[in-house]
Amino acid sequence: MGILKPGIKLFTDEGLRIDGRRPDQLRPIKIEVGVLKNADGSAYVEYGNTKILAAVYGPRDPGARHILLPNRATLRCRYHMAPFSTHERKSPAPSRREIELSKVIREALEPAVIVEAFPRTVIDIFIEVLNADGGTRTAGVTAASLALADAGIPMRDLVAGVAVGKVQGILVLDENEQEDMYGEADLPVAAMPTLREITLLQLNGVLTEEEFYKALELAWQGINQIYKLQKEALKKRYAGAEEEE
Amino acid sequence: MSMTPVEIPIIPKIRKNAILTFLSRGTRVDERSFDSPREINIKTDLIPNANGSSYVELGKTKVLAGIKVEPGTPFPDTPQEGNLIVSVEFLPHASPVFEPGPPDERAVELARIIDRSLRDVRAIDLSKMVITPGRKVWNIFIDIYVVDYDGNMIDASSIATMLALLTAKIPKVSTTETGEIIISEEKSENIPVKKKVVTATIAKITDENTGNKYYIADPSLEEEMIADTLVTIAFSEDGLITGMQKSGLSSIHSDDIPKILNMSRKLAEKYLAKINEYITLKTSTTPSI
Repeated sequence: MGILKPGIKLFTDEGLRIDGRRPDQLRPIKIEVGVLKNADGSAYVEYGNTKILAAVYGPRDPGARHILLPNRATLRCRYHMAPFSTHERKSPAPSRREIELSKVIREALEPAVIVEAFPRTVIDIFIEVLNADGGTRTAGVTAASLALADAGIPMRDLVAGVAVGKVQGILVLDENEQEDMYGEADLPVAAMPTLREITLLQLNGVLTEEEFYKALELAWQGINQIYKLQKEALKKRYAGAEEEE
Repeated sequence: MSMTPVEIPIIPKIRKNAILTFLSRGTRVDERSFDSPREINIKTDLIPNANGSSYVELGKTKVLAGIKVEPGTPFPDTPQEGNLIVSVEFLPHASPVFEPGPPDERAVELARIIDRSLRDVRAIDLSKMVITPGRKVWNIFIDIYVVDYDGNMIDASSIATMLALLTAKIPKVSTTETGEIIISEEKSENIPVKKKVVTATIAKITDENTGNKYYIADPSLEEEMIADTLVTIAFSEDGLITGMQKSGLSSIHSDDIPKILNMSRKLAEKYLAKINEYITLKTSTTPSI
């Protein structure tokens, strides 16, 4: 998180954000489930200009027996950014950031998947960032949990994620890349909303305790809204399938 | 690709039950209270060729941190600042499950947690680590070696990092009358540490039979093995939260966050007190030149 460059204004005089949102407002969110033919489950998610494609294969036989567990399924997860997803081309080789985020996202999904139902199998989760504009890990979790549901894998709850930023002293929901870059803190959160269980929690930046609790509350507001949209997208895919075209 | 750990070190069921029984009685197998860290032993300045070094024992977890400071070029977006590069190595010496090779995801995650805990709060004043503005700056390489693994590598690494930074010596840079920049041979300057920062890790253990949840500070390896989730929170000495990371296979109930935050803050205060005690003792006993 950089120091604010002079001349960069992240709020209008009316207190709106550079993209016209109020501090507690999400970006326009688009969710589509079952977008790929071959994957067992898939989902496409947009948080504004952050665009994510998630696919799930499994439960399946990985070929390599040594990674199987006798009492549960093994989860594998890849978070990856497309070379064209960033302002400057990103090398397709996995960066340290992508290695960490693959782990953090896997651990955000592990608590939701009923892995005990599929011993000696592997479930592969692939998250591809097609365009990055902030909040890619949380949008990735949102997309991946839908892809798991689309694959028919039993889950305790969906997982919905969103980030809260602190920008020029103001807490903002679902920050975009500019706000993240010039902000003072970034708090990505993902949770199983019905169970009120937090499955991903990270903080990059500095917050007081009071700010942290307020930011977490704001994250919950966003998560609950996204959760609603997730369920609508699943219903549209399954309950309303015949009505379409 | 990140994968569910399959090389889980096996903990005998009888031992697991013993740990849970102790927890149900409000204590721990090693007789600690839920909020107490293990004993901390510290040594510094062990590696003559490093600018700074520290060796920290947190219980039986042993971590060696070394700092090398070398001239380098600044990043284009921070031309007026030195660079901070944190790496973590799990030595194959440290555990039967550690193998030689490039850092695995846990080592990468650990390095990035330590890096983030220091960076945004500006624990090190990188603007003072400049040799020629825009052209030449100091690279601070922090390399953390986990030498023996008995749980909670994160906090041991964080304490070791802070101590190595506080005791490191770097060359003095001076400018001659003709404007020539001279880097002295002698290492006489300190790294400008503005704020001390430490991480504090709390483990969540769930008893599957009773459904009881226990939160414990500074988990040992056997506690970590039966823990389902870890939460690490970084604090600066002035009380700010400077980083956070949930890890592990399970989740944290929203209502439990205040409890974890309070526990980790108290744990961080204990770590900071230990660091301060060591540094005070060291500066008072080192003969002045």
